Amino acid sequence: MAMLEVNNVHTYYGHIHALKGISLTVKKGEIVTLIGSNGAGKTTTLRTISGLLRPRQGNVIFEGDDITKVPPHDLIYRGLAMVPEGRGIFARLTVLENLNMGAFSRSDKDGIKEDLEKVYTLFPRLKERRSQVAGTLSGGEQQMLAIGRALMSRPRMLLLDEPSMGLAPILVESIFETIVDINKKGTTVLLVEQNATMALGIAHRGYVLQTGEIVLSDDAKALAENEMVQKAYLGIE
Amino acid sequence: MPETYITRRKVVQFGLLAGLISTFISAIGMIALFHKREMISGALSMGQYFLFLPIAIMAYIAARQSKEKEAYLNGVLAGATAAIPILLLSLLGYYFDLRQFMPNVSDTLIHEILNFGQPFTVGAPLMLAASGLLGLIAAALSRMREDYRAAILQGLLWTSITATFSEIINDRIRAFFGRNVASLFFSSKALQPVTAVVLLIAISIYAYWNARNKEREEAILLEDVRAKKEPGKAQRYLKKGALFLLLLFLPLLLGTYLSEVSTNIGLYIIMGLGLNIVVGFAGLLDLGYVAFFAIGAYTVGILTSSTQGIASMTFWEALPIAVMASTTAGILLGTPVLRLRGDYLAIVTLGFGEIIRVLANSDLLKPYMGGAQGILNIARPSFFGVTLSKPEQIYYLVLAGIFIAWFISARLENSRLGRQWMAMREDEDVAEAMGINLINTKLLAFGIGAGLSGLAGAIFAAKLTSIFPHSFNLIISINILSLIIIGGMGSMPGVIVGAIALVGLPELLREFAEFRMLMYGALLIVMMLVKPEGLLPSTATLREFADEDEEEVPA
Repeated sequence: MAMLEVNNVHTYYGHIHALKGISLTVKKGEIVTLIGSNGAGKTTTLRTISGLLRPRQGNVIFEGDDITKVPPHDLIYRGLAMVPEGRGIFARLTVLENLNMGAFSRSDKDGIKEDLEKVYTLFPRLKERRSQVAGTLSGGEQQMLAIGRALMSRPRMLLLDEPSMGLAPILVESIFETIVDINKKGTTVLLVEQNATMALGIAHRGYVLQTGEIVLSDDAKALAENEMVQKAYLGIE
Repeated sequence: MPETYITRRKVVQFGLLAGLISTFISAIGMIALFHKREMISGALSMGQYFLFLPIAIMAYIAARQSKEKEAYLNGVLAGATAAIPILLLSLLGYYFDLRQFMPNVSDTLIHEILNFGQPFTVGAPLMLAASGLLGLIAAALSRMREDYRAAILQGLLWTSITATFSEIINDRIRAFFGRNVASLFFSSKALQPVTAVVLLIAISIYAYWNARNKEREEAILLEDVRAKKEPGKAQRYLKKGALFLLLLFLPLLLGTYLSEVSTNIGLYIIMGLGLNIVVGFAGLLDLGYVAFFAIGAYTVGILTSSTQGIASMTFWEALPIAVMASTTAGILLGTPVLRLRGDYLAIVTLGFGEIIRVLANSDLLKPYMGGAQGILNIARPSFFGVTLSKPEQIYYLVLAGIFIAWFISARLENSRLGRQWMAMREDEDVAEAMGINLINTKLLAFGIGAGLSGLAGAIFAAKLTSIFPHSFNLIISINILSLIIIGGMGSMPGVIVGAIALVGLPELLREFAEFRMLMYGALLIVMMLVKPEGLLPSTATLREFADEDEEEVPA
């Protein structure tokens, strides 16, 4: 059964028709990626799923419940966490304070402590820098912090918006390895990416988004070999 | 120490800038007016103090940024250059009648102050020498050992403050120890010269001793922490107790006038603490905060006035209603503006503030709120049969209000709600993704902030027993916001310091009429340039400014 189902969603910015009937599914345990160029509607899709934008038509189903009209702050209580584009860390707080904010939705102290240790094992750099002010971290460390903070809510599904943005290739690789790691430990992932090579490299399945419409969907491997995808997104002539 | 040293050209510029400031405040008549008030009897007037203050500061800065060998030379140079614009004014004023163009250039200014009562041929060299000497002294001070320098600067600051307010302090000493003791230190309105010197030395020594003690205490504290001992708990309680006792007996020490000033400061502290929740904690820019102050005041007015309004309750019956009314108004205002951020929110709240004032002024509501004539005969609060009417008595009402506001703020700052506000202030979208309900979080900030403002308004109405629409101007909102910024955004002790600086000082400098606002404005500008994080910044703000500094200096 699908964990997340997006059915024929139409989202508008004022008069601009940004999403023209998007449908996609993510099954439990999968990494699914949504690739596309700038302005294709990737972030809009994520913002619609997480309730920051309301679609005019269509619905979003998470674990069998219609969450189309659920306010964004409730989703984390339902096990759906989002790492926003541009990371959005609390720059004036320390790393540890940021991580604790991630556990805001929870009250089980022992569980939070346990998950903190898990995040530290996943990102040893965060442990080293736990009392440092987050704004002074490097870009890669900030991305780690943003992901770690989302994990602090112990989500069953993680929405990632362009984790590779602005990072050096070597850092992107390490972040993506961690995403695979997180997924193997049981968290389902929906990954929105412009870096199609990397995204298709780790995902099980993928969707290609073009000007608000899904034009292709297939296994990640098949997509990586698709001629059109290679031309448009992988830079292979 | 800066890596690049100041150039000669820059020293001259500093000097000229100081000189132009001094010349300007002389030409507009400020110096002559201030000259009427003595600071040190027979030696220094407030006019002279402010004439030379810019020169001393600029020479000090120039010397600080100089190479070691050139510091004294640069200090003197800056001082002497500063004299040039002043001498120009002095020269013109001495030989021509400038009053056609500059009505405020008085004889007193030219002859008594700028020429020291001498003819220009003698006065001009004297002025030049005085400025140069001052530059030399400032340079010497800037070259001192760090701890000595800090101590002497503190000594100078507090001696200046004592001298400025010597009339008030003299009055208080007289009231307690009699005329004879007072005249030992003061001559009617100014410090005795010997007292000034003694005071400067005593405060400097105390500041030095205090700084050293603090260092030692911190070392002990660190050891205590290492040894896992509870650090200095008893001492902290002792300090708190002493402060409480002092606050309790303060009106006795202060007398009527200063108690009146204190209650005004206190009302601003209550409002400052309230707005600090909205702006400092939650990051919602509210420019119409005075509206809730007005609602609190008018609610008490309408409910307790013996000649107007709709009821004749006692103050204590009306007080909770007033607080509830303003809290409700806060939430009502909050609801439509939930989606607005930053500047847009500021504009809407600004409008709201004006609407309340216009309503209070309107003919429509005149039967209830009195229109422009306001509400008169508001009941005074009584406490166990004692009617609180004198400033010394109202003081306690305000003090209780401050305690309540402080308690609420302090408890909320580190609570779950406090963390919600903080997350929302940093990033609304992320806060929402963390599971924070923005609607509740915002409305609680608006509601609690407004409630505290209403509390201040209620006390304000009871204090004056009559209220008028024009008491609830936009300027009050601006003032409260300014005092929060001056004190340090989000910092509760900062609110108190800010209120004393922005409400207390202008009150005490009332006799200087229009120049008061000029100084106030200049002070604000200088403050924001020198200490943009505020006087007592909160830790979060400190971090932000620390980050910016780090960015400036690449590692």
